[in-house]
Amino acid sequence: MKQPDRPVGLVGYGVYVPRYRIAGKEIARIWTDGQGGVPVDAKSVPGPDEDTITMSIEAARNALARAALPATALSAVWVGSESHPYSVKPSGTVVAEALGTTPWISAADWQFACKAGSEAMTASMGLVGSGMADYAMAIGADTAQGRPGDALEYTASAGAAALLIGPAEESVAVIEATLSYVTDTPDFFRRADRPYPVHGHRFTGEPAYFHHIRSAATCLLDQMGRTPADYTYAIFHQPNAKFPQSVAKQLGFSDAQIAPGLLSPQIGNTYSAIALAGLCATLDVAQPGDTIFMTTYGSSAGSDAYSFVVTPALLERRHRAPLMSAYLSRQEFVDYAVYVKWRNELVLG
Amino acid sequence: MHNVFIIGTGTTPVAEHYMRTLTDLALEAFGAALQEVAPTVTPSDIGALYVANALGESLAGQSQLGALLATATGLVGIEAIRVEAAGASGGVALRQAAMAIMAGVHDLVAVIGVEKVTDKLDPEVEAGLALAIDSDFEAEQGFTMTAQWALLMRRYMHEYGYAADAFAPFPVNAHTNAVSNPGAMYRFAINADKYRKAGQVASPLNMLDCSSLADGAAVLLLASERRVREWGVPAIRIAASALATDTLALHARRDLLWFAAVQQSATTALGQANLTHTDIDVLELTDPHGIAAALALEASGFVERGTAPRHAADGGITPTGATPLATGGGYKARGDTGGASGVYQVVELVRQLRGTAGAAQVKDAQVAFAQCLGGVGATAVTHILVNAER
Repeated sequence: MKQPDRPVGLVGYGVYVPRYRIAGKEIARIWTDGQGGVPVDAKSVPGPDEDTITMSIEAARNALARAALPATALSAVWVGSESHPYSVKPSGTVVAEALGTTPWISAADWQFACKAGSEAMTASMGLVGSGMADYAMAIGADTAQGRPGDALEYTASAGAAALLIGPAEESVAVIEATLSYVTDTPDFFRRADRPYPVHGHRFTGEPAYFHHIRSAATCLLDQMGRTPADYTYAIFHQPNAKFPQSVAKQLGFSDAQIAPGLLSPQIGNTYSAIALAGLCATLDVAQPGDTIFMTTYGSSAGSDAYSFVVTPALLERRHRAPLMSAYLSRQEFVDYAVYVKWRNELVLG
Repeated sequence: MHNVFIIGTGTTPVAEHYMRTLTDLALEAFGAALQEVAPTVTPSDIGALYVANALGESLAGQSQLGALLATATGLVGIEAIRVEAAGASGGVALRQAAMAIMAGVHDLVAVIGVEKVTDKLDPEVEAGLALAIDSDFEAEQGFTMTAQWALLMRRYMHEYGYAADAFAPFPVNAHTNAVSNPGAMYRFAINADKYRKAGQVASPLNMLDCSSLADGAAVLLLASERRVREWGVPAIRIAASALATDTLALHARRDLLWFAAVQQSATTALGQANLTHTDIDVLELTDPHGIAAALALEASGFVERGTAPRHAADGGITPTGATPLATGGGYKARGDTGGASGVYQVVELVRQLRGTAGAAQVKDAQVAFAQCLGGVGATAVTHILVNAER
């Protein structure tokens, strides 16, 4: 269990989800003649002018707005993603520039599968907790890829979440502790210069997602002397609708505890952003004194578990930026033809 | 010819054993089998090892399993071979082992059925399984085993006027029985309604009518009559062993819905044992799909052609029916362990004959019939087991 010397918390948070959606049934119409079930009802689709950088900027601006801090107060802007627009040329500097934090800023990109954003958050805890900085922005954002016709195409979606880490006494939620559980379990990967990832089919379940989340979550609960019943809410990584519900049940969390943060049925899996966005959506409804448990997961990256306590400051800051519900209700459905055009799946010439 | 007896059995649970190797699985099952006869029988009594495995090269990256497992089990230097006949590997290995005792060459031999498949992704697994069908005429064209069974099911429905739902009783029975088998992969019940709603895999075969390929190992220890008497251990006699073959390619068969090799091996086995169909108390068949069980029941002579689904619907294949089938869950719910399946079948039947099969126990089971197929009935091996006291 890791705890910084100087208590830290979230002084701001923000999300962004593109307005466009494609229905799971629309994808099934193309590939399975509409037969069989779909893993999520719909997923978010980035518009033609949106990418990990633009979405990161939107989410980070929302986080700054909630904190009511100038961008220049930040000491770090860290962007976690597995879909950085450039292989060589950082997203972090563009985001830092757009936020207005440059040039006296630490900026970096993180690639750590679906827990790149949460790893940036843990690093931010260290930066602020050690006293090296007062404020750091940890962002998880993705425009995830899925091979046309592959199971991933139904879920790989787009979105961003930004968490502004600062001193606990200024926070809307104090981060009590965290721990990481990391193994090299390659259930999902994308080699350099390949457009789509490869996944290990059923191997992605028990030995990968479930084992890592259970291990991290159980260990943190044990070390803190807590049980699932001690938490008001919980959030788990959401590669589809079923996995987070299953792992919650395995660990002893109820449907009601995970309900506010369960986003995948509506927007799919936003990869580095999904668990953090679930946390933000939970903060949208939480009350002072509520406790929140979160466990992220990234393929071949492991799981990070966190424990939060909500402070009274949340009530006044919550409405300074759009709630997740606003992004969820802002929906414009596109058909498969528009989707493949925007995702550059069409071979031109 | 010497009599042959089964004196020890062992299995691993059928599962996705991601953290374990082929050798790990074989060792666990081998240790369990030895445990049944220890301390009377020791590993040094074993004269030969027969390894049943279908997919070692393509999915486990390993051949020469005889020497590999002889060394791993501590039987260093022993005579050991691997037997491959696709899904029939287990039955064929058992027959080879039994013949060594019948011939008086050995007094105690071990059969290890083992398969390790879950380290590979679906396309590689499909390609591995397709090695069991005709390469030139079928696999080369993209045909798979599942597609072949689906074609036979479609033809069966056409010939005899059944809907796809008519095959539901086979997986429903398998799942019901698996609930009480601690080593089964899918220990939950299903019903006809769930079967109807299941997604298609290869129409008309749906998800609940297709077995899952999984990892596992099963072991049999076979002994001569001389040794059984000397040791005084409980034993099950192998009353018959018969192997027959047919064309791999379906188009080369005169009658798609008649498994000639199954008919031949079943008839020969019953003749060897001097038994009739009504003497058989419990069966294990190659049943990855309902259609497979139906065609095997018919060609083996247990029911008339075109009547197997009705027989199953009337309760004929449940533990209280005339032909109790898949009492440990069968391929569908115990899990399909490829070349090890034929050994798992016999372990299940030994459980039945010992009266230790729990909720799926067939009352007073004395005679059991094990039949496994390679490919779509290209190799058929039938064994008949009887309680030694009989």
